[in-house]
Amino acid sequence: MLTGKSMTFSPALEERFAKLLTSYPPGRTRSAVVPMLLYAQDEVGFVSRELIDEVAKRCSVTPLQVDEVIGYYSMLHRHPIGKYNLQICTNISCQAVGAEQLMEYACRTLDLKNRETTPDGLITLEEVECMGACAWAPAIQINYDFHHKVTPERFDQLMAALRDGSYEKKAS
Amino acid sequence: MLYNEPSPLEVKVVTRRFGMANSTSIETYLATDGYVAIRKAMEMTPEAIIDELKASSLRGRGGAGFPTGMKWSFVPRNSGKPSYIICNSDESEPGTCKDRLLMENDPHQLIEGMLIAGKTVSSNKGYIFIRGEYRYLIEIVDRALAEAYAHGFLGKNILGSGWDFDIYTHTGAGAYECGEESALLESLEGKRGIPRLKPPFPAVVGAFQAPTILNNTETFSAVPAVLRDGGPAYAALGTPKNGGTRMFCVSGHVNKPGVYELPMGFPLMRLINDVCGGIRNGKKLKAVIPGGSSSPCLKAEECDILLDFDSLAKAKSMAGSGGLLILDEDTDIVAVALRTIKFYAHESCGWCIPCREGTTWLKKILTRFHDGAGKPGDIPLIEELSNNMFGRTFCALGDAAAMPTTAFITKFRDEFEAYLKKSTPPVDTPELAVV
Repeated sequence: MLTGKSMTFSPALEERFAKLLTSYPPGRTRSAVVPMLLYAQDEVGFVSRELIDEVAKRCSVTPLQVDEVIGYYSMLHRHPIGKYNLQICTNISCQAVGAEQLMEYACRTLDLKNRETTPDGLITLEEVECMGACAWAPAIQINYDFHHKVTPERFDQLMAALRDGSYEKKAS
Repeated sequence: MLYNEPSPLEVKVVTRRFGMANSTSIETYLATDGYVAIRKAMEMTPEAIIDELKASSLRGRGGAGFPTGMKWSFVPRNSGKPSYIICNSDESEPGTCKDRLLMENDPHQLIEGMLIAGKTVSSNKGYIFIRGEYRYLIEIVDRALAEAYAHGFLGKNILGSGWDFDIYTHTGAGAYECGEESALLESLEGKRGIPRLKPPFPAVVGAFQAPTILNNTETFSAVPAVLRDGGPAYAALGTPKNGGTRMFCVSGHVNKPGVYELPMGFPLMRLINDVCGGIRNGKKLKAVIPGGSSSPCLKAEECDILLDFDSLAKAKSMAGSGGLLILDEDTDIVAVALRTIKFYAHESCGWCIPCREGTTWLKKILTRFHDGAGKPGDIPLIEELSNNMFGRTFCALGDAAAMPTTAFITKFRDEFEAYLKKSTPPVDTPELAVV
C-alpha cells in the first residue's frame, strides 16, 4: 500500500527526476523506475520500503512493479551498506593479473568477507563482475570511481585515504 | 584521459580525437570535422545514407557483427508509429572496455552518429543506455548533449530542416543481460531485463513497441566517418566484408595491454607482438580469448589468424566485442573456465531453464573439480551439459556460457585430466552439494 508520506530529495536530484519523467514517450513514465531507484539510492543509501513507494508514486506504477526490478539489478540493494562501496573485479581479465589474490588481500587486511561491512560502517567489500577496465586490470571501483592497475601497495594507500578522510575522487 | 600509450601502428578513425585538449567539447569537435557528416546526411535521401553504410561494410561492433546498413534498411519508414534510435552503451562483456573510452573522450561523435540514424528513419527520439557502473560518463554525455542543443544540432528544427530530434541518457543498474538488445529494451521500459522472443526484431518492434535502430556505441561512433569520407573509403581500411577499423581491447599477459584502434583483419600475432610488446616476462603464449569471454578460446597454434568477423568464425570462434584476453603458458585453464562460468551463472536471468540450470550446474561441477574433488565422469558431464545448453536457450546468454566451456574442455582436455589425477573425490558425501 502507498503510504501517505512523501519523500523529498536534494534540489539537484529533484531536478534530475523532473527531467527523467519527461524523457520518455507519453504514458511511459515506468521507464524512469530503474534510473530513479539508482540515483535515489546514491542519496538515500539503499532502497528502502519508503523509497519503493515514492518511486512508484512518481512513476505512476504499483509498488510491486518497482519492487520486482530490485532483485534483478545487482547495483540496487535493499539494506544499507558502508559509506564506501569497495568493488573488486575478479573476472577473467582481472583474474589473469592477480585480482583473486587482491580480493584475498582485501579480505585479510580489512578482516571482511565478501559483502560484509566494517564495524564502523566505512567500507563494504564486494567481489564484482567485469566493470569495463579490462586492459588496465586489476581494477576496482570505490563507489563510482575507477582505480586501475591496483597493486596491494596502492590498495593500502587507498584504504588509508578512506580511513583518514583524505580520499579524493580520482580515476587513476 | 588515456589509460594506455597509443601504438604507432594504430589507424585512428573513431579514436582520432583521443588525447586532444578538451576532446569532449563541441568546439574541439567542430574544429576537427565535427557535425560535417550530419550536414551531408541532411542533403541525402534515406536510401542514399543506407547505401553509403552498405558500401562501407561497417558491421556491428557490439558482438554479432551484423551489417549496419542492412540493419538500418529493415526499419520501416512508413509504419505510422514513431521510431527510436537506441545506443547500447551497456558494455559488459568481460574483456571489453572501449565504449567507455568513446563516451569519455568523444561524446559528440556518438551523438552525431545517432543523429544520422535519426535522420535516416525520421525518428524524433534517441536514448543512450549506459551501464550503471559508468556513472561518470552520464555527466560527460549529458554535458555534450547540452552543448549540442545549444548549437542547434539537437532539439527543434535542426539546422533549419524542420526536423526535431532529442537524445536522452538512461542508466542501467548492473545486469550483463541488458546488453542483449531485447533485454535492453525491456530494461529501458522499466522492467527486469528479460529477453523478448524474436522475431519480431527491434528494427520492426523495438523500443516502446515501435521501429528501432539499436546499435553499439562504437558502431554509431563510426557512422560520421563513413558519411564524411564515403563508404568505399571506410571499407578500404579493412578487409572485404569487414570494413574499417575497430577498437581492440587487449588484456592479460602482454607487456602493453591497452585499447588500440586497428584495421579490421589485423593479424592477431602482430597485435600481440608488435602492438602489445609480446608476452610479458618472456613467457610463451598459451591461448587467446579473442572476442570477449563468450568467444571460444584459440590455442597458441591457432593464433596465426586475422582479426575479422569471418576469419574468426571460420576458426569456430568469434570476433565478438573486440575484447582479447591473452593468456601465457602458466595460466590455469580450469581456473579460467570456472571463473567464466561463475560469471554466466551469476548473470543468467533465470527466464529459461537450459541456461538457468545449465550455468548453475556447470558452476557447481567446475567448482568441485577445481577444488580437487573432481570425479572421473565430470569431464564428459561438463561437455554434455554445455552441448545441451548450446542453441537451446531463449537468448544468446546460454550460448555465451556454453561456447567457451566447450572450447576449454575440448582444447585443453589434458589440463582437465591432470586436475583429475590430483583429485581426491570425497566418499559418501551428498553429490554436488559443494556450492
